[in-house]
Amino acid sequence: MEIFFPLTILLYMMSTAGYAFYLFWQKEYLHKAGYFLLLTGFICHSVILVFSTTSTGLLPVQNLHEMLSMMAWALSGIFLIIQYKYQLKVLGIFAAPLASLVMVIAAFVPWVMLEDKSTLNNFWLIIHVIPVLLGDAAFALACGSGILYLMQERSIKSKSRGFVFKRLPSLEMLDATGYASLVIGFTLLTIGLISGLVYAKTAWGRFWTWDPKEVWSGITWLIYAVLLHERITVGWRGKRSAILAIIGFMVVLFTFFGVSLLFEGHHGAFLK
Amino acid sequence: MPKLDIVLVGLNHKTAPVSVRECLAFSKEETISTLKTLQDFDHIHETFLLSTCNRVEFLMASTDIEQTVKCLKDFIAQSKNISLNKFDTSLYVHEKDEAVRHLFRVAASLDSLVVGEPQILGQIKDAYLTATEKKTSGVILNRLLHRTFFVAKRVRTETGIGDHAVSISYAAIELARKIFGDLEDKKIMLVGAGEMAELAVEHLIRHHAGDIFVANRTFENGVAMAKRFKGTPIRMEEISEYLKVADIIISSTGAPGFVIERKDVKGVMRSRKNRPIFFIDIAVPRDIDPDINKANNAYVYDIDDLKGVIEENMEDRNKEALKGERIIDEAVIHFRQWYESLDVVPTIVALREKIDDLVKLEIDKTLKGLPHLKHSDTEALSRMSDALINKIMHHPTRFLKSDRCRGNKSIYLDMTRKLFKLDD
Repeated sequence: MEIFFPLTILLYMMSTAGYAFYLFWQKEYLHKAGYFLLLTGFICHSVILVFSTTSTGLLPVQNLHEMLSMMAWALSGIFLIIQYKYQLKVLGIFAAPLASLVMVIAAFVPWVMLEDKSTLNNFWLIIHVIPVLLGDAAFALACGSGILYLMQERSIKSKSRGFVFKRLPSLEMLDATGYASLVIGFTLLTIGLISGLVYAKTAWGRFWTWDPKEVWSGITWLIYAVLLHERITVGWRGKRSAILAIIGFMVVLFTFFGVSLLFEGHHGAFLK
Repeated sequence: MPKLDIVLVGLNHKTAPVSVRECLAFSKEETISTLKTLQDFDHIHETFLLSTCNRVEFLMASTDIEQTVKCLKDFIAQSKNISLNKFDTSLYVHEKDEAVRHLFRVAASLDSLVVGEPQILGQIKDAYLTATEKKTSGVILNRLLHRTFFVAKRVRTETGIGDHAVSISYAAIELARKIFGDLEDKKIMLVGAGEMAELAVEHLIRHHAGDIFVANRTFENGVAMAKRFKGTPIRMEEISEYLKVADIIISSTGAPGFVIERKDVKGVMRSRKNRPIFFIDIAVPRDIDPDINKANNAYVYDIDDLKGVIEENMEDRNKEALKGERIIDEAVIHFRQWYESLDVVPTIVALREKIDDLVKLEIDKTLKGLPHLKHSDTEALSRMSDALINKIMHHPTRFLKSDRCRGNKSIYLDMTRKLFKLDD
């Protein structure tokens, strides 16, 4: 079973190479290679997670190592879906290295067993953790599309038309993919937060406890809610939407890691 | 009869000024009569003539290159009524491999004024059609032209030589596609009139663009043009209102000041729900306030910006052309191999090998079913088959080697190769 972890990292890295070469040479087979390597990596990764879940009877989000691995898995999964649906090929240059990086970090994080497992094994917890992770992965892709959008918009506005102009797709496509990622992310985050509230009620007897993680999750949710609302009503799109998607993801990252490092709370356990 | 050699005489936009090119251009009728006249020379066996506004190329299969070139020059001077010294320095003469290479390069559009422009191949195909109709192209030129079409196609598909836009209107479309992705149902507003602007609109229609609005200072002219594009005529005063719906605005008026200003755009972005809007300003002096480019989701390209785009694309094409040269080098070698095989000795050798192989194959098959034969029996069989091969080869060999096949020997060589399928 141990072989699957380095194998997954290797496949993600090879996929990264495939997408990097695609970016430079724009050959269709390079993009296909990147996609299939990532898909194979994702399947490998899924094997690890299924095996871990069935052997311990717990969702593998018990420590930082497992959490990071789960994040990378969510990212690859969401990317594969969005790529399949929207064909934004260059986005792989963002997703594949990110998944590889998270996996490499996970590999260096020691595997710690937590003593108290009782609160972390619950139906509601699964319905809380998985959607939140998938949602955050979708936000990561929205951020990636946003960055690519800003690069392409800059090259069109400045009329420089260099490397970026030729290799990135149209603004419309970048914007549409970013928007789709936002909608997917927001839906999943909403599900994750609601189930989190229900879980809090069953575990601690209260829906909301002003835990820092809860507060920041609320802020994240609000940012994306505003962005989507404005987009639908007055058409916040293009540059503004891209910038907000990037800011939103910064807040996601802070909520995920920053809050756990800076504040005490009942979400801190898994970052140990 | 000596072997035919390929020779090409011509001039193009690089070697001859337009004043010379226009004197030497051949119309369709002139081409036909020229082909016939040249064919009557003893030393010229096959002829092909290409005449476009940028070049005139005579391609011939000849038994005496020197004589052919001389006669051709005299013929041109005589038929075009122009003294030889007026155009002699503009002419180039390519022989054998170099002639083949030149033709390949011309067809692949590596020798064009605008490298990669696609029309030239069609022009060569037409010229070839004329030559075949008049039966002035034979075994060699037929083969050469077919190779030419193949090579040109290969260069086009395997290199990016025709990829990027090199005209103002195409460059504008390319940009629009980088903004909107798909141009389907995008609404167009044409302000003013002009060849480039109208060309751009035509390209957009080909990309299935949506409604077209036409604004013109003279409303009547606008109505006429709107009719041409199946669009809606609008008045100049209505422009800012229509900015709410139009996605691509092409402007080319003679107005001294800006026709569309930043405030016009600022006002409409909200009702557009910030959908992108792309201004193509072909007018000099400019029609569109360049400051609009600073607004969110609005993009302005003026004529100089588009020219910059074209220059960059030209550089890209020239880079791709190098790849094309490599493909052509390869094709020239291939053609030479075929051409050399079209000689008496290689053809006879190939024919003998072919028959040898067939006989051996059948003898082996037969012997397998006759295991009781003694060694001396099988030897007798093989002697018999050798004798048979010699008998079969005797007459074709003498015929091909003799001078009895009058006229173009390559016809018989080619026929032999085809009948026995010697070129695999």
